[in-house]
Amino acid sequence: MTDPFAGERLKLSHFHERQAALNLRNAWSSWNGYQFAEYYFDAEFEYFCVRNGCGTYDICPMQKYYISGPDAEAMLDRMVTRDVKKLKNNRVTYVCWCTDEGRIVDDGTIFKLGNDKYMLTCGSPSLAWLKQSSFGYKDVVIEDMSDKIAALSFQGPTTCEVLKRLNLEAIETLKPFGIMHFPFKDGTLMVSRTGFTGDLGYELWIEPHLAIEFWDALYAAGDDFGIQPYGESATNMARLEAGFIMPDMEFNEALKTIHYQFDQTPFELDLGWLVDFKKPHFNGRRALLTERDKGPDYTLVKLDIEGNKPAEESYIYSNKSCTKHIGYVTSAMWSPVVKANIALAMIETKYLDGELWAEIYYEKELRQSSKVARCTLKKKPFWAPARARATPPHPY
Amino acid sequence: MKTYDAIIIGAGHNGLTNAAYLARAGLDVLVVEKNEYIGGAAVSRELHDGFTYSNCSYVCSMMRQAIHRDLNLTKHGLVLVPYLGTVTFGNDGDKMISYATEEAEYNQLRARNPHDADAMFRFQTDLSRYAQLIRKTLLRTPPDPTSMKPRDIKEMMFLGKEFWALGEQEIYEYIRFFTMSASEFLDDYFEDDLIKAAMAGPGIIGTALGVKSPGSAYILLHHVMGDVDGNIGAWGLARGGMGAISKAIASALEEAGGAIRTDAGVEKILVKNGTAVGVRLDSGEELKAKIVVTNLDAKRTFTKVMDKEDLPPGIYEKAKNFKIRGSSGKVNIALSGMPKFTGIPDNRYINRGGQTFLGSIDTMEKAYDCWKRGRWSDDPFVETVIPSAWDPTVAPPGQHWMSCFVQYCPAELADGPWTPEKRDAFGATVINRIEREAPGFKDLILHAEIRTPHEIEAEVGLTEGNIFQGELTIDQLLFNRPFPGYAQYRMPIKNMYMSGSSTHPGGGVSSACGANSAREILRDLGRKNTVPEDDFYDE
Repeated sequence: MTDPFAGERLKLSHFHERQAALNLRNAWSSWNGYQFAEYYFDAEFEYFCVRNGCGTYDICPMQKYYISGPDAEAMLDRMVTRDVKKLKNNRVTYVCWCTDEGRIVDDGTIFKLGNDKYMLTCGSPSLAWLKQSSFGYKDVVIEDMSDKIAALSFQGPTTCEVLKRLNLEAIETLKPFGIMHFPFKDGTLMVSRTGFTGDLGYELWIEPHLAIEFWDALYAAGDDFGIQPYGESATNMARLEAGFIMPDMEFNEALKTIHYQFDQTPFELDLGWLVDFKKPHFNGRRALLTERDKGPDYTLVKLDIEGNKPAEESYIYSNKSCTKHIGYVTSAMWSPVVKANIALAMIETKYLDGELWAEIYYEKELRQSSKVARCTLKKKPFWAPARARATPPHPY
Repeated sequence: MKTYDAIIIGAGHNGLTNAAYLARAGLDVLVVEKNEYIGGAAVSRELHDGFTYSNCSYVCSMMRQAIHRDLNLTKHGLVLVPYLGTVTFGNDGDKMISYATEEAEYNQLRARNPHDADAMFRFQTDLSRYAQLIRKTLLRTPPDPTSMKPRDIKEMMFLGKEFWALGEQEIYEYIRFFTMSASEFLDDYFEDDLIKAAMAGPGIIGTALGVKSPGSAYILLHHVMGDVDGNIGAWGLARGGMGAISKAIASALEEAGGAIRTDAGVEKILVKNGTAVGVRLDSGEELKAKIVVTNLDAKRTFTKVMDKEDLPPGIYEKAKNFKIRGSSGKVNIALSGMPKFTGIPDNRYINRGGQTFLGSIDTMEKAYDCWKRGRWSDDPFVETVIPSAWDPTVAPPGQHWMSCFVQYCPAELADGPWTPEKRDAFGATVINRIEREAPGFKDLILHAEIRTPHEIEAEVGLTEGNIFQGELTIDQLLFNRPFPGYAQYRMPIKNMYMSGSSTHPGGGVSSACGANSAREILRDLGRKNTVPEDDFYDE
């Protein structure tokens, strides 16, 4: 019998078979048309696997594009705010790209896979923007690889040890943002030391037909090291501790923003370091120069908030009596590993030197309450263990 | 000769916490520790190649978040990880799995006894309500109910207010609860004996009481009132072992300028004109200090390291009669692989939690009868955890270590003193109990550390190996802990304080005793309080 709802159903990841068996709670959401785990068993447990052992996060639904040809470098360099010409072979860099008005379209990573060959990854479909950005460049080919590469983000302190057990030679010498290739069965496994958790971790890229075999090999090697799939909820916890931004949380993609300047510039998101004015023209350069010189109206900051009530969707005020509203919280949680009440917040830049107070609403057995809590600005990520950067990684 | 601002005797986690707060307030502090390593009963040692045991305490849920956060213990290397699931072994192959999620747990209980599955909601709710009240007192100094000082009156009013807020019916229940046995308390809720026995387990741990002894209901509460990140009743492991807690606090202490001397046992607290003036070490060396803080238990402090002549009348007797009976043992076992329990599914969540070997309410009561008669039971209550299933740092990959807490084990045997042979026979009893549920278990054993109260006292210094530094019965709680009139951390000798679990709020790796004590010391010195007082934030 044909399924009358076939067209309504979500696509299944290359790892679906294995992931579905472990998704004991049937807690699925979706991402770019793929069925995608919100969590598998318990979000907090999965979060701790990432901080204590290791976990895999399905990035098959993430968008991946090959950009190749003699003009690929120039095209990317024109599109993103960072200097792509500095990127060496087998290295990865974090980038964002903007509209002419200097507002962020999306953020992502660029992998330099060889001379004239790049891979761009990002959260939302970007083919149209890439095509538009390649206008005027003759020798550049853009290929949407999103469905053609299976990938797992593999994160946590024991990851390097597990990869060693897959006999990936010299994997411990791989530096942050480096790329290595290894033979796997009749294909190639690409390993990049990248991730979204602020901890030691890798991203593993493989041909779809090898996905299940690779999963089984990885899980066999990881069995003694606490391997566990984790979903969107645990990712969101880990990335917030690392101070990483999420679309629809910290920023509204410029191409999807209706209201004037309700999108963000890199400076507002505290990503000024991504903008390289030393290179020639790039998208949004003029607007960003102006923004740099006058300073952003709002700035995304990290807050340590007293008490233990997550300041979700809280307003930020410059005074305890909450009469002067100066910003809002974008993401908030109790950090189990740091034991702190943490948040990211957009605050009017001119008030950052003064007092910051969050008005927090919370519920206790249905009864609503609120409290006003003092916030302290934090410069560094809440969680940034040395093992995340060390090469070879510290023993787990 | 140098005079320290404060000397703290004993580098257990409470002593270190106390010292850290004093050092942060600018005091010149020294912690002296008799062992060559720190940690007291929150200690991790490698006794067999590649295996790091948590030799005494083995799980953690009482650690005060406010202190963890305030001392920035994460920066100093501490990560607490919750663990999931428990398997309970009854008699004759009967067993019960407790799942970590409410829905799965309900289904499991319902399959066993629908009445009890429903009753569990009420039970957990009631326990949480009781626990909530006690939790509010953890980081506060108990008031002296006989004092007319404004501070004591204010604190009595706080307790009274919280108590009355329970509502009329619950006030009656609460008072009953303090004097009930765990078994009677559970009869109010459950029908199934194994469910009752499983819930009663925490009521006897570390205490010389049986499940049917009045007072054991409170012990049960004491064990479930902890939390991991707000999940009340959840238990966690310290990454790297319980010693990681002590090490992190020690690191915070050293960062604040405090010092620790190991291999420096205290032979005597020096007293001059009714004032503590320093300590004499076992080596004969004397150290001077303006303040002496004892982190030793009350009995050891007043009967072993002080001169009776230095004490006001009656204190020595109070200390001698302080209830600190040894009732438990510990077996730490290195294993070449994960034990396989008969009839337990190969499920990553339940296989990697804890196990409880308890038989039935009667089995537990009979084990207590054995203790009363000065022997250990052939069928003991054993609570086990396999920390290596969660923590990759404490055993080689694929190998494991198992922590076995054993109730009961007498401090003194009826048939004469403990000997190495008797100790090993005790260990064999525990191993046999596990082998019954996991055939082949013995073949996995690479090394075992067997600890009776005798070993625990000799090594850690806890009198009779009592894990709580004094039993948690109502006569020794709150303003009666350790003795009536001395519950505010000040001891009968001037400039002498107590920081260990013999003080309020009692045993458990909470750092609360040490922190509360530091707050009182700073108060006497006229310093601003820098010790957190609040850890419950509108529960």
